[in-house]
Amino acid sequence: MSLVLTEAIASRFENVVGSSYVRTGPAELAGYEIDGVPPAILVRPASAEEAAAVVQIAVEEKCSVIPCGARTSLAIGLMPARYDVALDMTRVEGIVHYDPGDLTISVNAGTRLAALSKVLADKKQFLPLEVPFFEEATVGGAIASGLDSPLRHFYGTARDFVIGAEFVDGTGALAKSGGRVVKNVTGYDFHKLMIGSLGSLTVITRVNFRTFPLPTSRRGFVASFVQEDGAFEFVRDLVASPLTPVVLEVISREFVDSFLGEKSSAASLFRDAQAWTVCVGFEGSNEVCERYERDLTQLSRTASAQSATVVNDLEFAALLNVLREAPALMKDRAAHSLVLRFVSVPGNLRELLRVLNSFASSSQISCVVLVRSASIVYVAVSPGDGEETTLRQIASLCKSIETLRKQMDLSGVLLFCPRQWKAELSVWNQTADALDIARRVKNSFDPGGTFASGRFLGGI
Amino acid sequence: MNPAITSELQSSLGPRNVLYRPEDLALYEYDGSVDRARPELVVFPSSTADVSRIVKLAVKRDVPIVGRGAGTGLSGGALALGGGIMIAFGRMNQILEVDLENRRAVVQPGVVNFDLTRAVEHAGLYFAPDPSSQKSCTIGGNVSENSGGPHTLAYGVTTNHVTGLELVLPDGEIKRIGGKLSDSLGYDLCGLLVGSEGTLALVTEITAKLSKKPEAVKTLLAIFETVDDASETVTDLTARAITPAACEMMDGWTLCAVEDYVHAGFPRDCGAVLLIEVEGLVEAVASQSAGIEEVCRAHNAREVRTAKDDQERELLWKGRKTAFGALGRLAPSNYVLDAVIPRSKLPQALRRVLEIGKESGLNIGNIFHAGDGNLHPLVLFDPRDRSQFERAVKASGDIVRYCVEIGGALTGEHGVGMEKSELMTLMFSDADFALMRRVHNQFNPTGLLNPGKVFPMGKGCGETRVRTSPLHSSVAV
Repeated sequence: MSLVLTEAIASRFENVVGSSYVRTGPAELAGYEIDGVPPAILVRPASAEEAAAVVQIAVEEKCSVIPCGARTSLAIGLMPARYDVALDMTRVEGIVHYDPGDLTISVNAGTRLAALSKVLADKKQFLPLEVPFFEEATVGGAIASGLDSPLRHFYGTARDFVIGAEFVDGTGALAKSGGRVVKNVTGYDFHKLMIGSLGSLTVITRVNFRTFPLPTSRRGFVASFVQEDGAFEFVRDLVASPLTPVVLEVISREFVDSFLGEKSSAASLFRDAQAWTVCVGFEGSNEVCERYERDLTQLSRTASAQSATVVNDLEFAALLNVLREAPALMKDRAAHSLVLRFVSVPGNLRELLRVLNSFASSSQISCVVLVRSASIVYVAVSPGDGEETTLRQIASLCKSIETLRKQMDLSGVLLFCPRQWKAELSVWNQTADALDIARRVKNSFDPGGTFASGRFLGGI
Repeated sequence: MNPAITSELQSSLGPRNVLYRPEDLALYEYDGSVDRARPELVVFPSSTADVSRIVKLAVKRDVPIVGRGAGTGLSGGALALGGGIMIAFGRMNQILEVDLENRRAVVQPGVVNFDLTRAVEHAGLYFAPDPSSQKSCTIGGNVSENSGGPHTLAYGVTTNHVTGLELVLPDGEIKRIGGKLSDSLGYDLCGLLVGSEGTLALVTEITAKLSKKPEAVKTLLAIFETVDDASETVTDLTARAITPAACEMMDGWTLCAVEDYVHAGFPRDCGAVLLIEVEGLVEAVASQSAGIEEVCRAHNAREVRTAKDDQERELLWKGRKTAFGALGRLAPSNYVLDAVIPRSKLPQALRRVLEIGKESGLNIGNIFHAGDGNLHPLVLFDPRDRSQFERAVKASGDIVRYCVEIGGALTGEHGVGMEKSELMTLMFSDADFALMRRVHNQFNPTGLLNPGKVFPMGKGCGETRVRTSPLHSSVAV
């Protein structure tokens, strides 16, 4: 955008949000860079109505807008094709409506997850949206980035507890879907489309959730295995048992070494960690938790666990924090960390791990692995020197995965990646069918292509 | 209907798969709601390719199309409002794959809900959505309407149990979205399509999640002298964070009709009962049911019974699930409403329903999913009595409007269909409709697929509302 044009448009934005909340200086814009590209203008509306007015101007001026919250996950997605306006929603914050007796809450998109969780905890409730960057991340950002929570094993993902949303669509209109009741089939479920949309459909202004009572007790169990076979036998038996744990994660030895070392508050649980450790979390009354402890101990013996430990409430909370933050920790593990996220079905997990193992041993690059809920796999690859070689090796890993994907139910995306590699590695494209339907959705919500141009799967 | 279309479909699908005689079509002019609309042709495809061919032909001839499962819907979603061709999925009823390891089933849309559970229960699994009509309704219909049921309190509605769909778009193109994976790559397209009430695409295959049966189940029947006590109990259970798997309320006088029908041992002299189910580990069920009993007693429950075995439990549930049918004993016709309220407002909402009943001079029963605030007031009337009929219509409208006013929603599980399309303006703004219309038109630009549903007149897609009987013109709730 030319300087003159930028200033003219910026002044139109100022008329809406006030001059203090429009910025065009390089220093302030630097913090909003995506893949090294800064926006031309930063706008910080105070309300949904202001955000809508900003989008209307952007549409008129043919500007490309990328909405953001705390910007913790803004790196997820393809490189923007255009990035004129950063629409920072952090001022649109606060609880709009909370009736603890209904177990529902309506919050503005800029509200921090951590602040929301304190409000809920005061009423002995919680939201199972334990996602990475938890302390800084906003509600809107967490929904748009589509990252999941270790609690998904029982509570599901955002699609299972988001009950409504308000948003600005690509015409600058404030619209909504769903409502504030826990059961509702009135109208199209647009709020589900917001989840994981990376800001490509709307500017989320408000989200309605169903909330959950905090359990009497939430404890854990950690079992470590020398062999991958043992760990996954344990997982399989657990899934087949009557137990319904809330957390079920399998972490590699490298994960323990990287994130659960001496400095971690959960370190004491992992002193005997072997190649694979299974972390289980469960909730309920004392009797229920004791039942879990008994049955899990038995199951771990059957699967020949090398060690097994019962984890108390406090220790489990510390462990849950590490598991929650895993993708963030993986991203920050090294200067050139790549974080991949795969979605598999339980039956295909081992095949995926085989490919990852074979990559690790042939490339001499260690992989940090976390398997969530027997179907989601987070992998961090942190190469050292020799960038060119590494890039080739990783490209070849991507190719092996692509081959695998053609043979079985599996999908994967590159969550975080050094910017200079992004264009080369890209993400795995979705099927042509899904892409066709996704384009129809994009065209309906954002007919002028105002939002997050080129950032979504398939270049949407 | 143009005879050329009929004969083209007959040669394409075989003569036995095309109905065109008025006496045959009459069977397809109604569903579980009070509305009626007769299709001009009913066709029975046996494959996705058949469906695609039918749709292409319909588009070429500019004929409306509507999909239909078992016709048990309660909002007119599967009625041929624009006449045209009804695609009945009854013969696409194969369970194509059961993947026990990954807990998925791939089914055709005409598979009956409960048949899927029957096919997998040997492995300790089941399909969680459990509408009262689950022994006859189809999974395709469940997907279109995003159906619920008593146990959705704990396990969610249909959308929470679907991971993949095969679609035939209104131009006849076949598309697959999602699959067995728990998370979609890209937009949650299944989330948009499930519950779109057949207005965006026809669903020809569904990948469904299978759930694990709980170790223990306990069913409680709490008996109260007044509706107030029962509803205060529900509100208190929610406030105390006790979440049963199901929590259903039936009021005293409707219960008498139910008892006459099922003989399950329901009391004939109470104000209301709560049918509450807890599921999970033996230890969890024991402590939860003790907690529930305590709350019931604190709200003056006269008695809290526990079903002593599976047989008694099934009988209690049979009473609940056949209740609407049983009420046929009390009046020639009844009208089942479906609206949702915030759960903390249950006592005041039920008091208001009672008042509206008094004002209208009609009996209104209440048999509903109390735990999630999903009301089903049941207005009894004689449709031959014009005054009764009009009062029933007014009372129904008043109830639904009140529910929305106190922060609720128009429908919890039956869908908008043609029943509530005019009431959509109570919840949605012009901007909301503009967006819905853009989405609709991206999929269904000609409006030939299921015309006249979901959108109110003037906010919709240029469709003409056809109302053929007095019933249609009057029942606008």
